[in-house]
Amino acid sequence: MLSPVTDADGAPFWEYAARGELRVQTCGDCAEPRFPPRPCCPRCQSFAAEWRPVSGQGRIWSYVVPHQPLLPDYAELAPYNVVVVELADAPRVRLVGNVVSAPGAPLNSVPPELIRIGARVRAVFDGTGLPRWVLERS
Amino acid sequence: MTSGSGLKDATAIVGIGQTPFARHLADDERTLACRAVLAALDDAGIAPGEVDALASYTMEETDEVELAKAVGLGDLTYFAKVGYGGGGSCATVAHLAAAIATGQASVGVAWRSRKRGSGPRPWRNTTAQLPIPAQWTRPFGLLRPVDEIAMLARRYMHEYGATRDHLFNVALACRNRANQNPAAIMYDRPLTREMYMTARWISEPLCLYDNCLETDGALACVVVGRERARDCRQLPVYVHAAAQGLPAQHHGMVNYWNDDPLTGPAWTAARHLWKHADLTPQDVDVAQIYDAFTALVPLSLEGYGFCARGEGGAFTEGGALEIGGRLPLNTGGGGLSEAYVHGFNLITEGVRQLRGTSTAQVPGASACLVTAGEGVPTSALLLRS
Repeated sequence: MLSPVTDADGAPFWEYAARGELRVQTCGDCAEPRFPPRPCCPRCQSFAAEWRPVSGQGRIWSYVVPHQPLLPDYAELAPYNVVVVELADAPRVRLVGNVVSAPGAPLNSVPPELIRIGARVRAVFDGTGLPRWVLERS
Repeated sequence: MTSGSGLKDATAIVGIGQTPFARHLADDERTLACRAVLAALDDAGIAPGEVDALASYTMEETDEVELAKAVGLGDLTYFAKVGYGGGGSCATVAHLAAAIATGQASVGVAWRSRKRGSGPRPWRNTTAQLPIPAQWTRPFGLLRPVDEIAMLARRYMHEYGATRDHLFNVALACRNRANQNPAAIMYDRPLTREMYMTARWISEPLCLYDNCLETDGALACVVVGRERARDCRQLPVYVHAAAQGLPAQHHGMVNYWNDDPLTGPAWTAARHLWKHADLTPQDVDVAQIYDAFTALVPLSLEGYGFCARGEGGAFTEGGALEIGGRLPLNTGGGGLSEAYVHGFNLITEGVRQLRGTSTAQVPGASACLVTAGEGVPTSALLLRS
C-alpha cells in the first residue's frame, strides 16, 4: 500500500493522524480553516497557522468503487471504496478516505451498496497512521 | 472578417499533420513528432526553414532543440510549453497566436507526440509521486485519473440527476463519428447501448466506454499571421478567440476542495473566450470537447455556456451530439474513439470542419469550439473560417 509522500505543509496532518488525532490547518489570524495545507492564508495572507482539532464527524460528499487495472496491493482488495468526506466542523474541508467496518478493517470491508452520498461518518484510526471512516448509525 | 484588436482573427491555422494512430507504433516519439510536424508544414506549403516558433506541452518528451535540429527549422525566437497534460492542448496554439500577433515570431508550429499506447500508464509510477495532491489521495486508493473524475461524476449525477444514459450518449456520438473516420482506432468497431451498459467497471460510476483510448501517435499544426495565411495552400482557419483557465482556489484534477467543485476551469476559460469573441455559444456549428472521460463533456457543455448549470446531462438527449443535432461533437471520434493524444486531434478536426474536409462534415460549418482537458487547468480555442 502507498504511504503519504508528505511535504513541509502537510507533515503535521500526518503526525497528528499517527497519534490518532484529526486536525486541520487553520489561519492563526482570521481562523479560516484551509485544505490542503499551504504556507499562507488565501483569505488574509497571514503566515501564522495552527492545527486545530476537529470532531471527526462528517458526511460523504461522493464516492467511487475502483476496479482493475490497479496497483497490485489495491488490486487484491478491489472492488473497494474511496470516499470524499465533508467535515461537519469545516464543510469546505473535504478529505479523501475509505469507509471501513471497524478500525483496522480493510478497504473492502463495507459492501459498496451501503455507501450513500450524505451518509454520516466518523473518523477512526488504525495502525497505518491514515484516518479511516466508519458509518454512523442514522 | 473584422480587424479586431488583440488576438481576434489576427492569426490562422494553415497546416495540419498527423501520423497513423495505433495501440503500438514502431517509431519512437521523436520520430513521430518529426513526421507530424513535416506533414503539417507540407500541408501549409511552408518550408521548415521558415519556422521561428514552437509550442507544446510540458509533458512532451521531444524537446524543441531535438525537433528543430532534426527537421531543419530556422532560427527560433519563441518557444513555449504549457502544463497540466491535456489541459494544455489549445494553449499551445494560443501561445503561438499571441507570439505572432505581437511580432515575436511569424511561423509557429505546435505539436504533441505520445506513445501512451506502448508506454507505461503514468499512474503506475509510485516513485515520482508529487506531495500535492497525491499525499491526500493515493494512499487511500484514489490512484488513477479515472478515479479522480469518477468522484466528480458521482457527485454530479447525484446533484443533477444525470444518468449513465447521458454518459452513453457522449460515448456513442464519438464512436459514431469514429465509424466514419478511417484514421480512427475505432473505425470498424460500432458501439451499442447494450455493450455500454454491460461493460466492465473501471471506477464506478464510470465503465470501460467512459474512458479514452490508449494511443501511439503524433499531430501538429502550423500557425501564421492573417496576411501570410491568405497566401498559403489551404483555406485559413482563423483563431477568433483563445483562453486559458485556472480558477481561483482550483486544485487540479482532484478539485474537491473549493466552494463549488462542479464548476471547473471551463467556466473560467469560457468567460474570457466569449468576452473577446464576436460569437456566442449559439453561433457554434460544431464542437470538439475534450473527452478523456465521458463525464467531462456535460461539465464542459455547462461551462462553455451551451446549457445552464446542471443541464449538461439532459443536453445530450435526442441525438443532440450527433450530426444534425444541436451541437455535433468530436466529429473525428475524439479521445474516446479516434485517438487519445492529449486532445491535439480535437484541434486538427476543428480545422478540418472549417475547411469542409471532415469525414463527418457538418454542412456549412463556420465556427468551431475546441476545448482542452476539463478538471485540470485548461484552455480553449474558438476557430472560424
